[in-house]
Amino acid sequence: MAVAYETDLAKLGTLTGYSGPDQPDDDLLRACVHCGMCLPSCPTYRLTGQEMSSPRGRLWLMRGVADGRLDLLDPIFDEQMYQCLNCRACEAVCPSGVHYGPLVEAARSQLERHRPRPVWQRVLRRVALGGVFGDQRVFRAVVGGLRLYQRSGLAALVRRTGVLKPLKLAETERMMPPVAARFLRPGAERWTPSSPARAVRLFNGCVMGTVFADTNRAAGRVLAHNGAAVDVPVGQQCCGALHVHAGMMDEARALAKTNIAAFEAAPDGEIAVTAAGCGAALKEYGFLLKDDPAWAERARAFADRVRDVTELLADRPLAVPTQAVDRIVTYQEPCHLAHAQRITAQPRAILDAIPGLTLVEMRESSLCCGSAGIYNLIRREMAEELGDRKARHVLETPATAVVTANPGCAMQLRASLARNGSAASVVHVVEVLDEAYGGSAAWPPEGGREPGGSRPQRP
Amino acid sequence: MSRAHDHLIERLERILGPGGVFHRPADLLVYEYDGSVEGAVDTAAPVAVALPTTTEQVAAIVRLANEFDLPVTPRGAGTGLSGGAVAQRGGIVVALTRMDRILEIDPEDRTALVEPGVINLELSEATIPGGHFFAPDPSSQKACTVGGNVAENSGGPHCLKYGVTTNHVLGLEVVLPDGRVVWTGGRAGHAPGYDLTGALVGSEGMLGIVTKALVRLTPNPEATLVELAAFPDVESASLAVSRIIAAGIVPAALELMDNLTIQAVEPAYHAGYPMDAGAVLLAELDGIAEDVRAEGEDVAVLCRETGATSVRVASEKPERDLLWKGRKMALAAMGRLTPNYYLHDTVVPRTKLPAALRRVAEVATEYDLPIANVLHAGDGNLHPLILFDRRQPGAVERVLHASHELLHSCVELGGALSGEHGIGTEKRAALTLVFSADDLAAMAGIKNSFDPKSCFNPEKLFPAGYRCGEVRALRAQALAQKLGIYAM
Ligand SMILES: Cc1cc2nc3c(=O)[nH]c(=O)nc-3n(C[C@H](O)[C@H](O)[C@H](O)COP(=O)(O)OP(=O)(O)OC[C@H]3O[C@@H](n4cnc5c(N)ncnc54)[C@H](O)[C@@H]3O)c2cc1C
Ligand code: SF4
Ligand code: SF4
Repeated sequence: MAVAYETDLAKLGTLTGYSGPDQPDDDLLRACVHCGMCLPSCPTYRLTGQEMSSPRGRLWLMRGVADGRLDLLDPIFDEQMYQCLNCRACEAVCPSGVHYGPLVEAARSQLERHRPRPVWQRVLRRVALGGVFGDQRVFRAVVGGLRLYQRSGLAALVRRTGVLKPLKLAETERMMPPVAARFLRPGAERWTPSSPARAVRLFNGCVMGTVFADTNRAAGRVLAHNGAAVDVPVGQQCCGALHVHAGMMDEARALAKTNIAAFEAAPDGEIAVTAAGCGAALKEYGFLLKDDPAWAERARAFADRVRDVTELLADRPLAVPTQAVDRIVTYQEPCHLAHAQRITAQPRAILDAIPGLTLVEMRESSLCCGSAGIYNLIRREMAEELGDRKARHVLETPATAVVTANPGCAMQLRASLARNGSAASVVHVVEVLDEAYGGSAAWPPEGGREPGGSRPQRP
Repeated sequence: MSRAHDHLIERLERILGPGGVFHRPADLLVYEYDGSVEGAVDTAAPVAVALPTTTEQVAAIVRLANEFDLPVTPRGAGTGLSGGAVAQRGGIVVALTRMDRILEIDPEDRTALVEPGVINLELSEATIPGGHFFAPDPSSQKACTVGGNVAENSGGPHCLKYGVTTNHVLGLEVVLPDGRVVWTGGRAGHAPGYDLTGALVGSEGMLGIVTKALVRLTPNPEATLVELAAFPDVESASLAVSRIIAAGIVPAALELMDNLTIQAVEPAYHAGYPMDAGAVLLAELDGIAEDVRAEGEDVAVLCRETGATSVRVASEKPERDLLWKGRKMALAAMGRLTPNYYLHDTVVPRTKLPAALRRVAEVATEYDLPIANVLHAGDGNLHPLILFDRRQPGAVERVLHASHELLHSCVELGGALSGEHGIGTEKRAALTLVFSADDLAAMAGIKNSFDPKSCFNPEKLFPAGYRCGEVRALRAQALAQKLGIYAM
């Protein structure tokens, strides 16, 4: 044969393997029987048709490192661990129940621990994820700056001059919806029906509590409309999802502990989440802190209280919406709702209950839209391709609005729809329901009490 | 990297562009397996992976492989269970996953022209609104490709009524091992001369690369009904199977699952299989509404007569799909019960099913290995799954011995290897159990005339040690077999 085999990878001993904390769990890895059933559900495999960009391929690579057949620092390993959107579609369809999410997160954490990165990248990660998302005050200040930019006319000016193009920021700017006029601050607002049947604690979230603060308010209102006394406990921070996705486990754990403590101070009632990405991360606190004896039990107890807002609403008979919302909508499943939390029926059930509303399903509604946390900021090409595919599917329907349940998806959808010439708007499930209940104009409902200033106050 | 290697990659890139060729070790690592069971098939990495998008590119790759004297292994989605897509002798893997367009759907002619990388289920999803579906439905249909189906002559639960892939392929565009592109068969059907399409279907990627397939579409049935009957044990369930068939009913599908299988799928899919049932029978009836209703009642009665403790009837699609999901995902859900499993694929005359299942249970006790059973019961097709943990010392040996027993028992009962999952590398040693040396030599003759250099998907199908034309090795094997010194 003219060409020799060049595939002997067993250079045992000379390769960097996993070490230290947060290694991909060997038993979890070996649960994959490489049947391939997950392949068609994986967005990156759908776009590329190549095995290394598939869940099965990525799991095999992770195993390759564990078995000493592949170097942890091999650029292809790095590329694949980060090309993955962590959308968890593979996990939802895997017949053998492979827990893909925790595995890829552990692999990334190993990369972050062992891989030399250029200094600027390290600094940027620290500042962006540690500094901004790590502290709600800083985050609010940054978004406040953005709001000022949007409102001052500067935005229009900047867009006209096109200075963002060479900086590759045009798309990022296009994704930004108008920032809410007032941020939602923990402790500042609450929603109480006349005779509350139970307590619900709202998890505020970074982006939801600022950019989409009005969506959170809508959530407060609809939950109250359904009998819950809703408040936003003080002391809560970012959920840490972005940190987990980026393999920054220590930072994520610190945030988790802060949140657990904050919600322990508000001990009764379920924790409602309006961002699917946050909800998935919060529900996994038990796993995140499982090796920390002081926190493991508390984390599990916390996670048990977490519910997506649609899940919480659909748990009990829904207060009947009275106002017709005459609109045709389609539903985009947030990956972290459909795949990570397996919640697909509840949002649709809520939409079905709204008079006047018609839900038309688009094709591939559960395929990732390309948002995937901050993926769309760091891997623009793949993200845009997925966004365009999504926009095409929306355009095939007569829908004038896309309903979703996650801020990342909302922003990515806005940008993709605009780029593809669609005028469809993007709304959260609770916003549509809120409208069907009469919206903010109808709040507080007749006979509603206002204990200790329950009426939303200005911060 | 050697010069020859660099030269090969450069030439491949000239054909496919840099994005269509993979050759770095980490990239090749993920092409060393397919869906087959660990331990049963050795993994092996190719020298390069090519991802063509056109027939011309495929032909150019094959010609290049000839020039470099390299083996070629076609690959679809890599869900095969017998190692068919594993490049046992290295060389070039040609993965057809980027040739995934449905080129034409002709509802009047009831045909579809597709590229090989089209996913089985997605073809049906595209044609169902127009009133048709693609009948072959391997349990892997959500992921596997039409090219793979053609190469493996795949079947599925609905083969009982609709037949296997070969019954639904009208014509093929194929790149032959020397790089020529030919069409076999066609719309007209019954073309004169040798049935080359028939020879290519089920050829396991050893006679050429399918680059287009003209397939037959089947009209959607007017009504469909799925019944789930729970039985106290597998024997009563298999008795029901015989009774149903004897009554002249031809269900679209008739599937049996034992308790161990129920334990794996029910917690995963909540399909409603009773966890305490010894076995469940899943029967699908389709056709004209009235017939379906009447036959459904008959099946329910027959099941109760043979001992069914409950019969559930699902006529709406969501509920039917849920019942089916449990069945279709059974194999892949085994990872929930065990780190490793070894799947068998045998067929016995339907009347021998109870005996075969008894034998399986005996082997399980004898070797102290749990064995789960999933059966295309209507065809007498058994899939015993031996569950084990390869980390336990001696487990693999026990599994191999138990497998040997199982295969022998089935052959003794007048059965055979089913070949539904292909022979590949996995079962080639066992092929001598069912075919004589002369039988195999006849097959080898066909292989030889398509691929005289024996470069196409080598080390598959024919028993090890065999080289094209060397019938002597086969004779020796046949003799060994006769003398009882055959070893798997
Ligand atoms: C969970 C599970 C359930 C399954 N259930 C069934 C079942 O019910 N019935 C059944 O029959 N099978 C079943 N299979 C086996 C497998 O899915 C089928 O054999 C399928 O047809 C393989 O398709 P593929 O695209 O994955 O092909 P691959 O695995 O990639 O390849 C299979 C063979 O086909 C060849 N090949 C692929 N594409 C081409 C082409 N274009 N031209 C020429 N040769 C080609 C390859 O060389 C190889 O020999 C199952 C597998 C799994 C994992
Ligand atoms: S992750 Fe699950 S579905 Fe995918 S190959 Fe592994 S076992 Fe199969
Ligand atoms: S998480 Fe999403 S992108 Fe990553 S492997 Fe799974 S399906 Fe693919």
